[in-house]
Amino acid sequence: MKTHLLIALTLLANTALAADTELTLVLRDHRFEPAELQVPAGKKIKLRIENKDATPEEFESHELNREKIVAGNSVISVYVGPLEPGRYPFYGEFNPKTAQGVLVAQ
Amino acid sequence: MFGSAIIVFRETLEAALIIGIIAAATHQVPGRNRWLIGGLVTGLAGAGLVAATTGIIAEVASGTGQELLNAAILGIAVLMLAWHNIWMTSHGRELATQARDTSREISDGAQESSVLLVIIALAVLREGSETALFLYGLAAADGQGVQSTFGGGLLGLGAGALVGWLLYAGLLKMPMRWFFDTTSALVLLLAAGMGATAAKFLIQADVLPSLMSPVWDSSAFLPQESILGTLLHGLTGYDARPAGMQLVFYGVVFLSILAGMKLAQGTHATK
Repeated sequence: MKTHLLIALTLLANTALAADTELTLVLRDHRFEPAELQVPAGKKIKLRIENKDATPEEFESHELNREKIVAGNSVISVYVGPLEPGRYPFYGEFNPKTAQGVLVAQ
Repeated sequence: MFGSAIIVFRETLEAALIIGIIAAATHQVPGRNRWLIGGLVTGLAGAGLVAATTGIIAEVASGTGQELLNAAILGIAVLMLAWHNIWMTSHGRELATQARDTSREISDGAQESSVLLVIIALAVLREGSETALFLYGLAAADGQGVQSTFGGGLLGLGAGALVGWLLYAGLLKMPMRWFFDTTSALVLLLAAGMGATAAKFLIQADVLPSLMSPVWDSSAFLPQESILGTLLHGLTGYDARPAGMQLVFYGVVFLSILAGMKLAQGTHATK
């Protein structure tokens, strides 16, 4: 039952995934690299976030209306968009002084 | 220190508001304190477990495990809040005004108590796991004053709990004729807001389409991260940039529970 549900959800997720743009952000020493990332406007984007630090972080953006925990030394993905052209700041909630970045949709 | 106080405060606040409202709404239920504390303890244990397994949870279902878990927690909480509100509509008034002695009512009361436990536990679980991860991260990072971090964390926790307690005390001070309507309205809004947040997680996991995103942007007028925005988000599900699907969920939850309450009221009146 559980596996069925998981398969169904995975399929659902995959059907929409085919044409997505995938981009990667790396967290190192509580900073995002790159701190500014160009993304295509009007398309759904799969954002991979690789945390190279040993400590957890929370990817958060009020502008994108997204929040997700990234455990230490692990990778997550977050779907964003389709976005209107513009700047969408994001930050790491657990280290907001250093972990700052912005998606630029154009 | 203040950085950690603010983060812990924001995480604590949402759970504290839920606990404050539910504790007030059930203050007549026999043995309520026991169930409340049971919920807190269960929630804290669950939060520790979720925090410790975050890496594993994140990898489930092609990386969307976190969102699915959050949506599931919120979905169960919405069902429990719905049950609570509908039960209160048909039994709350008599619970407050007369002694209850029939066995049916006692078993109903026991059900209500377990619902209370689950709601509290889920609220603490959701907000507590993030707080635990945050504090763990700070404690693990070297060069940080661990004592000041935990001091800040305690300060934030205390401040959040205080707001929840003020809400609780304020509600109990209310005259009886407004009390039920106010608490049911608050629970209704809580449930609708949680439904909308569940939709947000399912959009983030790409399980649901966003429909239109955002439908409006009131962040310049009332930012969600401001104190008032955070409070309104915790109480009513206020979102400065909601997606269309979130509004659909909000409306469906709101109207379904309202319909259930009307129905319960009708059957009770004709009894």
